[in-house]
Amino acid sequence: MTTTARSWSEIFGEPDRLSIDPEFAELRREQSLRRVRLPYGEPAWLVTRYEDAKVVLGDPRFSRAAANGRDEPRTRYHVGSPGSLLRHDPPEHSRLRRLVAKAFTARRVEGLRPRAQQIADQLIDRMMAQGPPAELVEDFALPLPITVICELLGVPVEDRVDFRLWSDAFLSTTRFTPEQVTEYVGRMREYMAGLIAEHREEPRDDLIGALVTARDEQDRLSEEELLAMAEGILVAGHETTASQIPNFVYTLLTHPEQLAAVRADPGLIPQAVEELMRYVPLGGGAGSARYALEDVELGGVTVRAGEPVVVALQSANRDESIYADPDTLDLHRREASHVGFGHGPHHCLGAQLARMELQVALGALVQRLPGLRFAGTEQDIVWKTGTATRGPARLPITWDRP
Amino acid sequence: MTWEIEVDAGTCIGSGICAGTAPDHFKVVDGVSHPLRPETDPAEPALDAAESCPVEAITIRDKETGRTLAPEE
Repeated sequence: MTTTARSWSEIFGEPDRLSIDPEFAELRREQSLRRVRLPYGEPAWLVTRYEDAKVVLGDPRFSRAAANGRDEPRTRYHVGSPGSLLRHDPPEHSRLRRLVAKAFTARRVEGLRPRAQQIADQLIDRMMAQGPPAELVEDFALPLPITVICELLGVPVEDRVDFRLWSDAFLSTTRFTPEQVTEYVGRMREYMAGLIAEHREEPRDDLIGALVTARDEQDRLSEEELLAMAEGILVAGHETTASQIPNFVYTLLTHPEQLAAVRADPGLIPQAVEELMRYVPLGGGAGSARYALEDVELGGVTVRAGEPVVVALQSANRDESIYADPDTLDLHRREASHVGFGHGPHHCLGAQLARMELQVALGALVQRLPGLRFAGTEQDIVWKTGTATRGPARLPITWDRP
Repeated sequence: MTWEIEVDAGTCIGSGICAGTAPDHFKVVDGVSHPLRPETDPAEPALDAAESCPVEAITIRDKETGRTLAPEE
């Protein structure tokens, strides 16, 4: 078995739309763990199988905190704050996560559903008043999750243009220069510090307000942790869902029989969202590296203590040992849950919120825009490049006038 | 003091948060979490797991009083 670390781009090439490189299937079959070199940081093991992915993400023998002080393998330039949730292991991680977990439980998220529905309906009203056609990303996919997360967190939605740019810097792979990333990440930091100061002067009943109370009255987190938490929730709280909405629409429009099934039975939507989460590769590359705390036998190799491992979720979600016919989109699938939201202690904090928003978004688009289709051809779609999340930058759509 | 730990298998989504947070108390088998023991001495990681569960599938009670310790309302 080769132990030479080949570069990611040499193995996989540039991602094309939402396709998954066939090399992943080859690796799952032949070499579940292989040495790889990401654009930044030290060489790593790459994990491609579902069960191995769950071990790396869920087993305490693999650590995120151990990445501190290391040149961690990564796709993005920005490393993230040492105060962020994603740079801690339990029990320190639990201390931080418990401060915000309650705001994102299924129960609390259900309470936000009517408001999300209202926002979605208003956006569609506007699209119908001005079109067809419309541009799905700007007119719908971005404003829906941005409005929801801003209201939840306590960020003025009218600052959207600014924080969108800064947020893109957090996720940039090649879109921005390192200098730009540093500048925009710094601007986000100033902005968030200003918002927190405002919350201190005038206490508010939102998540930043709750975090400020936890810091100032209960000393449950540091100032750096407070800033990192608020930034992390703002960035991760909208970009992912804003990418998945057009990704799901694109996928359904290119699978007409599955779209017809959703149209015929709106009750299928929650299940459709799960299958689309499995099927759509949101992240083009590998997730945050975990470091082995001891020697671990995995996928036929020994990962030595101190070695980093990265997981390709998009590959795990297409593992043929878990899913029959994994490359087929089947909204009626009843197999194991996907790992689209990750697994283990760092399982996406906003997973339930994302699920709800995606359900609301799909339902609203499919039910209120009859004959929904691409405006023009598939060639008119502009795909994002140079960023950690895959998806259309522009997706022109049209529909039948009533 | 003894705690009782229960996982509602019908609610559990198999996120693996509990098993990663409190590996001495939870194990995910076939996508569903199970307490390793139904009763335990008080242990903060178990509370962390229950409070971090996104679907609040984990309940921890004080065995003597029956009081729910997690999840908090």
